[in-house]
Amino acid sequence: MESLKFDLAATPLREVNQYLHSPASELNGKHVVIDNPNGAHNIAVGLKSDIKVTIDGHAGYYAAGMNQLANVVVTGSAGTGVAENMMSGVVHVKGFASNAAGATAQGGLLIIDGDAGLRCGISLKGADIVVGGSVGSFSAFMAQAGNLVVLGDAGEALGDSLYEARLFVRGEVKSLGADCEEKPMDDEARQILVDLLAKSGHADVSPDSFKLYGSARTLYNFHVDNAGAY
Amino acid sequence: MSDTPKTPQTQPRFSATFDPYTLSEIRRAAATGIYDIRGAGAKRKLPHFDDLLFLGASVSRYPLEGYREKCGTDVVLGTRFAKKPIHLKTPVTIAGMSFGALSGPAKEALGRGASAVGTSTTTGDGGMTPEERGQSSILVYQYLPSRYGMNPDDLRKADAIEVVIGQGAKPGGGGMLLGQKISDRVAKMRCLPKGVDQRSACRHPDWTGPDDLEIKIAELREITDWEKPIYVKVGATRPYFDVTLAVKAGADVVVLDGMQGGTAATQEVFIEHVGIPTLAAIRPAVQALQDMGMHRKVQLIVSGGIRNGADVAKALALGADAVAIGTAALVALGDNDPRLESEYQALGTTAGAYDDWHEGKDPAGITTQDPELMKRLDPVKAGRRLANYLAVMTMEAQVIARACGKSHLHNLEPEDLVALTVESAAMAKVPLAGTSWIPGQVQY
Repeated sequence: MESLKFDLAATPLREVNQYLHSPASELNGKHVVIDNPNGAHNIAVGLKSDIKVTIDGHAGYYAAGMNQLANVVVTGSAGTGVAENMMSGVVHVKGFASNAAGATAQGGLLIIDGDAGLRCGISLKGADIVVGGSVGSFSAFMAQAGNLVVLGDAGEALGDSLYEARLFVRGEVKSLGADCEEKPMDDEARQILVDLLAKSGHADVSPDSFKLYGSARTLYNFHVDNAGAY
Repeated sequence: MSDTPKTPQTQPRFSATFDPYTLSEIRRAAATGIYDIRGAGAKRKLPHFDDLLFLGASVSRYPLEGYREKCGTDVVLGTRFAKKPIHLKTPVTIAGMSFGALSGPAKEALGRGASAVGTSTTTGDGGMTPEERGQSSILVYQYLPSRYGMNPDDLRKADAIEVVIGQGAKPGGGGMLLGQKISDRVAKMRCLPKGVDQRSACRHPDWTGPDDLEIKIAELREITDWEKPIYVKVGATRPYFDVTLAVKAGADVVVLDGMQGGTAATQEVFIEHVGIPTLAAIRPAVQALQDMGMHRKVQLIVSGGIRNGADVAKALALGADAVAIGTAALVALGDNDPRLESEYQALGTTAGAYDDWHEGKDPAGITTQDPELMKRLDPVKAGRRLANYLAVMTMEAQVIARACGKSHLHNLEPEDLVALTVESAAMAKVPLAGTSWIPGQVQY
């Protein structure tokens, strides 16, 4: 795999992102390493080719935002909104992730080895997120589709106003949000969990140790008798 | 026959406080237990552009010949940072309205009408449709809290990006598209089950304040390689501070929407009681730009109750660079047309007052996803009507500008205006007609 290195301490972010937006025919199959990210925001956003990018250190807000096709690894931790609105590809954070990780993501896989902050998977629209640690409060708020797997614990109001996303949690859930309830783990959901654990480096973890949460669907159409739920 | 004189009767007297509308709303609330939801903007009487008048040229000013001398109308938006600013032939643009709230033919007609006169149209919640992109020569892509249908490929296809923070009809509120309008296509675009009530978030999911907004705008610029103008749209509440923060966050253009600006659906109480009138919002917004030395560098688009060329001219004279229309554009397409009166009556309303746009039963085929109703709107003919209307608005604004001696609409200024009421004089910061008095301003 052809490899190329950028040093963000010496090269402006604009130049790096512009290169990463080169036509897919020029980038496909390449490996780009970004040194000295030092928490810079908006690294490797808007990628749209089959490229591997390693951000060697900590990234700021929106790392790999709106990713399409690319495989992005953050060796350190990532700031708010990592892989927000991802469409496809894989984003792997080896450290921790801040708030709104994977917000509104529509496709692809976000792997976070450590913990994720508040609102992980907020408004999720079809992507898969696997968090090796715990997630903060209000995670999967209004999540519409996709899967959130949490190997640790979940904070308050998990899955508030949930639509059709599936939430798998192995540890404790501090509280469930409005219209979120525990569901029986059927074969389809179990297989999805097994596949996601395997893809995210957790093949050794038993799917039987997780509980599944989903929408009770009582708030799908407004009724005044449910007003107290809001 | 009695000789006793008849005691005179006083007329039945209605309360100004408990007027017939208020009484009917109390009865409706008592019967249903739910607040009233409707479309459109504030309907109450508000200080507005009608309360301002232009001072035409006379001895002290020199007018331009009405049919001879040029009066420019073009505007360039996004000159601050964008590599590719957009150039409009008229300062009247089409405000954001979603496919979902509006039918496909209605969105197509908006694109056709706007493109015919060289102006822009704007997407809405739910994303961009191919028909809309195809028919809009200049298309602004809204980036909304819900991110329904938000797609980076569409972001790159857009001519400009509008980060929506709020709208005049419901500043601080999210959206609602009731289940009856969530058709198969709308459900697919928004990644929702068919028939559910779609709730749109009131806050963006991945940023929470002006410092975050600056990073978000930088992200959008990075993704689009700094080509597209980035607008920030706010509902009018604290325009001085909101405009200041939007400019500090890096906006190329600020869109300021007063409380007369329409919505597809929200609570009546929200529409009528939250936010400030368009007239009251413009001068503080312009003042903010001037205080930062950014007036005319960051462009200001004003919307909310713009109806004719006089409104356009007045908004521009107060310092706006352009205006946007929504409700008026729908009327030009055919909304609330009296020829459909019998059908409006069947819906319990009357032409001119129909605002249950969220129910999807629009007999004009505009605010609906019903396949049969949609067929009623011919997008080519409706687009032509909109183009005609936009052309008339532009010409009307030119008539006024020439009378004031201006060779471009942007040369209109507050000094060309006077106010008819104390309230409008205070809000617009122009003198009460026949006086030099601007309420709230100290005369030295």
